[in-house]
Order: sequence, then C-alpha cells, then structure tokens
Amino acid sequence: MQQFLTTALTGLTLGMVYAAFALALVLIWRSTRIVNFAQAPMAMITTYVALVVIDAGYSYWIGFAVALVAGLVLGAVVERVVVRPVEGKSEINAVILTLGLFIVIHALAAVIFGSRYRSFPAPFGLRGFQVGDLNLAITGFGIFTIVAVLVVMALLVALFRLTDLGLMMRASAFNAEVARLLGVKVGRMLTLGWALAALVGSLAGLLIAGGSLVHPSYMDSVVVYGFVAAVLGGLDSPAGAVVGGLLLGVSLSFVSGYVGSELVALAALVILMLVLLLRPGGLFSHAAERRV
Amino acid sequence: MLQVQDLTTSYGPVKALDGVSFEAPRGKITAVLGANGAGKTTLLRTVSGLIRPARGAAYLEGADLTRTPAEAMPGLGLSHVPEGRGVITELTVEENLRLGGLARADRSRPADLERVYTLFPVLSDRRRALAHVLSGGERQMLVIGRALMATPKVLLLDEPSLGLAPRIVAQIFDLLRGLVESDGLTVVLVEQNARSALSIADFGVVLNLGRLIVHDDAATLAADEKLRHAYLGF
Repeated sequence: MQQFLTTALTGLTLGMVYAAFALALVLIWRSTRIVNFAQAPMAMITTYVALVVIDAGYSYWIGFAVALVAGLVLGAVVERVVVRPVEGKSEINAVILTLGLFIVIHALAAVIFGSRYRSFPAPFGLRGFQVGDLNLAITGFGIFTIVAVLVVMALLVALFRLTDLGLMMRASAFNAEVARLLGVKVGRMLTLGWALAALVGSLAGLLIAGGSLVHPSYMDSVVVYGFVAAVLGGLDSPAGAVVGGLLLGVSLSFVSGYVGSELVALAALVILMLVLLLRPGGLFSHAAERRV
Repeated sequence: MLQVQDLTTSYGPVKALDGVSFEAPRGKITAVLGANGAGKTTLLRTVSGLIRPARGAAYLEGADLTRTPAEAMPGLGLSHVPEGRGVITELTVEENLRLGGLARADRSRPADLERVYTLFPVLSDRRRALAHVLSGGERQMLVIGRALMATPKVLLLDEPSLGLAPRIVAQIFDLLRGLVESDGLTVVLVEQNARSALSIADFGVVLNLGRLIVHDDAATLAADEKLRHAYLGF
C-alpha cells in the first residue's frame, strides 16, 4: 500500500511536469506544424536565468517570475528571428532550425554558466507528509508543482476560451488564411503562441529543477517524455497533451517502482511505439480531436 | 465602388489574370463568370491582397487594395468569403460569427450577432455547436453571416453555390439580393453556375483564360446565345 501510494503520487507529480512540457510542444505544433526541439534548452536557459537571479540574493519567487518572463520573451524572439524567415517554406526547414537552436543554446549555456552541476532551490519542503502511519510521498514542492501546472493550464483555457485574443489565436491556428481575411494579424498570433509555449516550457523546466540539480542538458530527457506525452494525446489537442502527460508520468513511475528504474526510458519508447502502431492519431483521435 | 484596373497576376510564367479592368458599382451585384481556370478565384484573391499582382491595381474608395495586406481588408470595408466556404470547423457557430466582427473598431456588438441570427434562424439554433456539424448550406450561411459581422461595404463571394442543392442556392441568392437592396451592399459574385448567378446579378463580367471577354448588363449577357454557348455553358 505504502509503495503503491508513493509510486502513484510521484507519477502524478512527474506527469504534471510532462503534461506542461507536452502542452508547450502542442501549442506550437497545432499552429505551425513544427515540433520545437529547442523547447528543452529554451526551458533550461530560462532556469539558469532564475538561478542567476536567486544567486544574486533575490527570493525564489522573483527568480521564478523572471524566468517565466524570460521564457515568454525568448519564445517570441525565436519565432520572429529564427522561424519567421522560413515561414511558408516546408516545415522541415523550421524543424531543422529548432534542432540547430538546440545545439546553439546548449553551447551558449555551457559557455555562460559552465557545464558543472549546480543545485537549484525549492520554495517548499521536500519531505513527504505523514498521515497516520502512512508516509505519503507527496512533498510540499510536489503539491506546488501540481498546483502551478493546473493554474497555468486554467489560465490558458480561460485565455483561449473566454477572450477575443484567444479566439483569434485559435482561428489562426486552425485556418490561417481565413483568419487573415477576417482581419486577424496572424503573424502576431504566431509570435504570441510561441511566447506562451515557451513560458509553459519554462515552467516545466523550473519545476523539474526545483530541489534538484541543473546542468545544460538536464532538460534533454524531458523533451523525449514530453514528446511521447504529446503523441499520446494526439499532438493536436492541448487537453490530450495533459492527459497524455499524466498517463505517461504515472506509467513510468510504476515501471520505475515495480520493474526497475533503468527501464524507464525504454518503457517510454515502448509506449511511443505502441501508440504509433495502434493509434497513430493519439489516444483521443476521435473523441477529443482538435479541441482546446 | 470597387474599381479593378489592368489587373495582371502571374503564377510563374503563367498569367492567371491578364489586364482585367472593370468596376463593380455601389449597391449592385456583379457576377464574375467563366469556365474553370478562367481566373475568377485569382481575381478575388488578388483584389483582397492574398496574392500580389504583377501589374495593375484595385481601388475601394480610393485605397489601393492590392498594396494592402489581406488582414487590413475588413477594416477598409471589404469582406472576402473564400472558395470552399472557409468555415473554421473547430470553432463553434457563434465563435465563427464573433470572429467576423473583431476587425471592426467597435468590436462585434451583440446587436449584430442577433441580426445575423435573425437573417439565418438555422444558425441561431446551433450557436454553441461546433461548425463541423453544419450542412453545406448552413456553412454557406455561416460564412456570409460572418462576413456581415464586419459590416462590409463590398462583399466578395467565391462560388457560394458550389455543392449545394438548387433549392438552397435559390434561398441564399434571394437573401443576397435582399441584403443588396436593404443595406446597399456591393457584391462581387464569382460563379461557375452562370444561369443562377445572372438571374440575381445586375451586371456580369465574363473571363476566359485570364482575359476579360465582356462586361455588360446581366440581362444582356443572359440573352446572348452565342456568348452563353461559348463561355457560360448554358
């Protein structure tokens, strides 16, 4: 019982982070048909920004906020400077550019921040709660992780569902030409989409780093899990990305807890293969296709 | 109202539109007719700024549309309903309509939504439904309603009758006629279905292989048997 609970709760926390990262990939994919491979190093570099701010003596929260804003700006800059020039050409051009960016940001981080491991603080306790004689594996930071991701998702849903801006962003994603004819400045919507995606990616980066170690490649495995989660959910559906992330987090946690932690990466790839073989459109290809 | 002057558009070495000039007068329906590949759709896409012309221009109240980005058109008073209807199927009926009103400075007022719902009661019953579930005729009504949300002066319609039952086409054309008479809307109607189009149009323009063949009263064109056989297929 103890182990089952621990495994499930760890999986849930991890799943939330994968969900956020998958959501970042999906936001870009559904508006531009580009898989942003640079999402991981972009999140990594913003986490370093937070670390610099915190090391300079500011609180965790200031570092946290600065990193999210940095993510927003970085996303917009990447869209304007790197992706925009190849817009309208084959998507593979942009995908290769994001791969190049992956390497460039990595190298920059190593040059600027060094490539050694550095510890990253957490704003809440990292010890589990005691309920009766059960020692719950959920930590204060774990709860913060879940809440933070839920809050960001709720804000995104509110933006897309309730505001004119969100309506224009969705219209641009679904049918750019029609949106343009209706007066939507599609280019700006794309920039904003990249900015928001990078913000969500940065959040995932900060949450993984909390109470742990950062290093220029600490996010690299997350891009794999985030991608698997996004494919699980169908790549086009933000809701699917969230469910995919949670499913993946819990499944991998059980593999790690009951089978062996060395098999986690393999299990993720097996899940990816099974999804692509059995339901290439994602688990929700019929029910939740292209819904926000 | 809408003046097209010497408009020439090329796809590589092919001239899809070759020196076309005409004027669509205010408060009238001008039908643009011709076979497949005559350049009808290219004409609309060039006028609304989706394609840059090689030569020539299109003026709406003095503003050159061909030098203006497509997203500025609704603000200038031009709405273009593209071929294949352009319903955004992932959005609800009401979201599609709201989108049509966003380009206006005062944004879409609820009164405009209600006006569209009064014009098209079918849409009113389906406000919250995804546009995906609408039939072809309902989709055509939705895109016309959406274009009206921007309160345009000029409406460009690309093949509204495509794939619709004759009864639905008649219904939509009647409604267009009504809008032109009540609101003074100027309509440029691209149609393959020349017979129906000429029955509601005031003027007609016939294109062939990118060139303007004739521009005259709709009734005159419909009465010209030779022209009908050669270019209009009825």
